[in-house]
Amino acid sequence: MKEDVKVKVLIPLLIFIIFLCSRLHGRYHELAPHLVPMDYTNEPDVKIPLALIVSMPELNENPFRNRIVESFSEDGAGNLSFNDFVDMFSVLSETAPRELKAIYAFKIYDFNVDNFLCKEDLEKTLNKLTREELSPEEVTLVCEKAIEEADLDGDSKLSFADFENMITRAPDFLR
Amino acid sequence: MGWNCRECQAFVEKFEGALGKGKGRKLYAYKVMMAKKMIKFNRDFDNFKTACIPWERKIKEVESHFGSSVASYFIFLRWMYGLNLVLFAFMFGLVVLPEVMMGLPYGSIARKTVPRAEQERAMDISVLLDFGGYCKYSILFYGFYNDERTIGVLQFRLPLSYLLVGVGIFGYSLMVVIRTMARNSDEGGDGGDDGQFTFAFKMFTSWDYLIGNPETADNKYASITTSFKESIVDEQENQKDENIHLRRFLRVLANFLILCSLGGSGFLIYFVVKRSQEFANLDQDELSWFEKNEVEFVMSLLGLVCPPLFETIAELEEYHPRIALKWQLGRIFALFLGNLYTFLFALFDEVNLEKEKSIRNATIWGLNEYYSNYSSYHNTTDIPPPDIHPADVIRGPCWETAVGIEFVKLTVSDIQVTYMTILIGDFLRAMIVRFLNYCWCWDLEAGFPSYGEFDISGNVLGLIFNQGMIWMGAFYAPGLVGLNVLRLLTSMYYQSWAVMSCNVPHERVFKASKSNNFYMGLLLLVLFLSLLPVVYTIMTLPPSFDCGPFSGREQMYNVVMETIENDLPAFIGNIFTYATNPGLILPAVLLMVLAIYYLNATSKNYQNANLELKKKMQMVNEHYQLNYLAKRPGAAANGKGVNLQNDVSLAAPNPKAAVTHPPGPRGLSGNARGPPPGPVRGRGRGTPPPRH
Repeated sequence: MKEDVKVKVLIPLLIFIIFLCSRLHGRYHELAPHLVPMDYTNEPDVKIPLALIVSMPELNENPFRNRIVESFSEDGAGNLSFNDFVDMFSVLSETAPRELKAIYAFKIYDFNVDNFLCKEDLEKTLNKLTREELSPEEVTLVCEKAIEEADLDGDSKLSFADFENMITRAPDFLR
Repeated sequence: MGWNCRECQAFVEKFEGALGKGKGRKLYAYKVMMAKKMIKFNRDFDNFKTACIPWERKIKEVESHFGSSVASYFIFLRWMYGLNLVLFAFMFGLVVLPEVMMGLPYGSIARKTVPRAEQERAMDISVLLDFGGYCKYSILFYGFYNDERTIGVLQFRLPLSYLLVGVGIFGYSLMVVIRTMARNSDEGGDGGDDGQFTFAFKMFTSWDYLIGNPETADNKYASITTSFKESIVDEQENQKDENIHLRRFLRVLANFLILCSLGGSGFLIYFVVKRSQEFANLDQDELSWFEKNEVEFVMSLLGLVCPPLFETIAELEEYHPRIALKWQLGRIFALFLGNLYTFLFALFDEVNLEKEKSIRNATIWGLNEYYSNYSSYHNTTDIPPPDIHPADVIRGPCWETAVGIEFVKLTVSDIQVTYMTILIGDFLRAMIVRFLNYCWCWDLEAGFPSYGEFDISGNVLGLIFNQGMIWMGAFYAPGLVGLNVLRLLTSMYYQSWAVMSCNVPHERVFKASKSNNFYMGLLLLVLFLSLLPVVYTIMTLPPSFDCGPFSGREQMYNVVMETIENDLPAFIGNIFTYATNPGLILPAVLLMVLAIYYLNATSKNYQNANLELKKKMQMVNEHYQLNYLAKRPGAAANGKGVNLQNDVSLAAPNPKAAVTHPPGPRGLSGNARGPPPGPVRGRGRGTPPPRH
């Protein structure tokens, strides 16, 4: 039975992946043609810097583009190898499972990378969303309300469990 | 991209057929492909249908800058435009077009010709603007239509069609309004539990990750900011402290002042109408323009001055903005209603039936004289009709056309006043504030005049009452509906331009209630009120003897009787006779009353059952949270009280009447904490992030 599964699933899957990969690699290459080689036989260690990746049209208008790229990079500074690049787009796509999206959403909103969404993280998120059009009192009020609503263990910051509990009830958390 | 075994198995099951499990592989693959194509086609068609909705982008732009309540006005305007378009299609296709194409042309019979006495002034612009002259004897008004039973090659029955379209306009409008109300109340009932995470959802799920266009992104930022502000206002309202006695006293005082002003305006209109009746008896040429149009002028003036007055007085009351809007709408409604009905009474007073009877008798007498003279002179019984030019025939006053002219004049003056107000009150004000600010002593933008805010209540009520006038006047002036369609079209462009360029968002932006049933309820009321005069006319007043499609008959509805007798088979006539028997109608009415009572009772039961289910869900949720908490190390049972969702919609009576639900069972950690202390935590009505 396991042999059957391997053959029946892995081969079409492989074909599917190869097809997608070639298109993705095309996009990766055109970001920095002089950096990215077309030939990977020597397993080169190539990384594209943050500034080039956020210039992609899909990410250009997104207020969280820097955080998105940073959370998928290995060094945390936003330099993506091709593996990281593919990972990023697979999580952002429609077909990614909900739990995976929740994990990465938490990482994106966690600005100071301490595995908690504290008040400062929320304030930064809000300011990016509204482009700083709200007054400081309003910002404080909204952040306090959000923590109040979602915080289950009472430590005035959101752990991943709190965040996941809240986000799975959201009607349109898929994009 | 690690796939565990579970996900692999799911993959296999999904694609089993395509991977070639055995027989029927090709057929299965074909079916799958067709299903996918069907889904794609449906989605494309839905996209196309959404793209066909007119003005959608314009309204979205207004919504993102000004909030959902201002946008709800424009959505209402668009809906009205659709309704009027259909009414126009009915009126034009079934009444105007047949008369124009198959009826007699201008000048052939008396009612279609300008009388000799008026002919030299018939083309003057001042007469035309007053809807006299050639305008009066055109398809715009009731008097032009001929009363022949059938016209043209197709034997089209125009009088019957006129009556049925006149009544059908009300029937169709009623159906559409009730259907929209039913649909709105259906959507208003979901809500459910999403009041729980309002701010969290807004923060983490409102951005659309698919946006790539900078302009769309701008709009999205604006709408997110506005949405946050709306929720902040709701939250602040629920946290305010109040001094009940002072507030009650101020509210009573405000209501008293407003009643006084309503009474004052009613008296003013009554006084002006009485004066206009005196003026009507004087010679028309000696009156100035002001005296001739005094009634319309006073009505427009009241409509302009009173709403801001009401708003100023309402500041004493300190309601939540949504509730204050509802009060404002109610008061302006009372004002406009008084104005409209006074105007109507004035109008129907002027219907002078005596004068018409005397002219009619004179005409009949003259005709008889002519016949007897002719037969005695020529000694034949075959007498040709009198050979008089149509312009010279003696005419009756034709009261229906006069009424139609009054409605058209009122509508036109209403349009002029509205557009002038926007031009002067908003545009000119914005220009002055912007350009004089450079050389003025105090800051015009922040201080006194500043930029105007969009007056939602005034505009909505103006729209509703305009529609009421159209409904009333459409029977007497078929051209009125076409005029209204043009007016709504230009209003949409003009007002959306004015709002984007001259207005600023309200200081306190608030969410429109999910159910627009308040506007629809007002519209329904106005529909019934405008149905009454028309039905009264059809049933009671005799039509003019020499103009319009019902001339010569005793009552207007006799057309229907004649059609049933002459055109339909005999047994249908019998059926109608039985159906109009009071012995049959009374039981039918009784049955309908009982059905209404039964349906009402059933719907109340369903609402109760719904509420019970919600409470159960809350309790289960709480239980789950407590269990979940108890499993985590060191966690104490948190005394977070459950807040049942607070309905702060436009239909709810009091936003402060929140219900605290007693907290669920606390068995597990032995911590005997009661419900959280402090003020009642109500919630604003939560909505999922705005769809886009």
